[in-house]
Amino acid sequence: MAKILGGITTSHIPAVGNAIQKELFDDPYWKPFFDGYPKVHEWLAANKPDYVVNIYNDHGLGFFLDRMPTFAVGAAHEYRNEDEGWGLPSLPPFPGAPELSWHIIESMVADEFDITSCQELPVDHGFVVPMQLFWPGAPNNADMPRSVPISANTVQHPIPTLKRALDFGVSLRKALESFPEDAKIVVLGTGGLSHQLDGERAGFINKEFDQYCLENIVHNPTELTKISRMELVEKAGAQGTEFLMWMMMRGALGDNVSEINRNYHIPVSNTGAGTLLLECA
Amino acid sequence: MDQPGFDAHTHIPGTTIFDGAQAMKGYNLNKMCFSFNRAENRDAFKEDAEAYMEKFELTEAQKKAIRSSNILAMIAEGGNIYYLAKLAGIFKLSVQDVGGLQTGMTTEKFKEFLASQA
Repeated sequence: MAKILGGITTSHIPAVGNAIQKELFDDPYWKPFFDGYPKVHEWLAANKPDYVVNIYNDHGLGFFLDRMPTFAVGAAHEYRNEDEGWGLPSLPPFPGAPELSWHIIESMVADEFDITSCQELPVDHGFVVPMQLFWPGAPNNADMPRSVPISANTVQHPIPTLKRALDFGVSLRKALESFPEDAKIVVLGTGGLSHQLDGERAGFINKEFDQYCLENIVHNPTELTKISRMELVEKAGAQGTEFLMWMMMRGALGDNVSEINRNYHIPVSNTGAGTLLLECA
Repeated sequence: MDQPGFDAHTHIPGTTIFDGAQAMKGYNLNKMCFSFNRAENRDAFKEDAEAYMEKFELTEAQKKAIRSSNILAMIAEGGNIYYLAKLAGIFKLSVQDVGGLQTGMTTEKFKEFLASQA
């Protein structure tokens, strides 16, 4: 049976993709952000996962408002990073793992989660930037695992509750642990932390709330399910609702985790940027 | 389409909750912006913005907001920031430019405001 090694979270800001492309790793603005990743690289090099489940939120590339799935699971042989409207150079396709995708879909629907399955799914910066951060040169990295993208809706309200996100992860854990292959899996939760791009409150960042979330998600994620969705918008900013992806990841790790790495830096672009590496017991 | 009892309608100053009502109001505007994922559509807009907006049946208020680069008005008319970001890209605006435009700050001032929250 498969084993979940741990989970890694990171912000997935488009500007980071740009900074990677320009190799601004030692630039004074970027260095405090990129300093959060060498420990993740070491851990991945030591553990070499076979699969990566990348939980992110689509930003208007894979889905439009005509059909907006609350939880979508990719089930493709490969995932293409297409033009998001900014004409940035796109990357070669990321290899998929459709047999694991369909196992997750079968298991989670049986567990009463209503999943939208996607045999084609263009992936945007929410999926790609974390891959580039964790596996430099991705997808052209010898250790690049095959991937399953999972996208949750944070574009349009109503969005899932924090409790539902955590429960999703718990169900995902059951699915992954019952995958009949002696494989190692890592789960990513991407997006956040606090930021707001729109309205008169644009530029809002909330360090105190981000720290509260970082603190609790490690050993006390249930506490965070008390936060209502509107409270999340109020405290994390309109786009800080991406924290739901972190909750989904956390649910998949089980009760006993140890914190290997944490980094937090303000601002990266308009965002309070957080990175966390949790290892399963 | 008021739905009392749902927390989707909590008032948060300076923040528009993009819910069903806004999604319906802004559908054509967001659909136009979604089309900008393709370079040939961005070119068509650059060539003749009026014709392109007409093709997507934008309301007069939506057209006016775009003609005057008024992002707050685009949001009031149902625009969703993730789709509007693709329109902003056509004008080569960064998210800090967009933040400045909405808050009445220069881009430099807006960047200082971001850094001040560290």
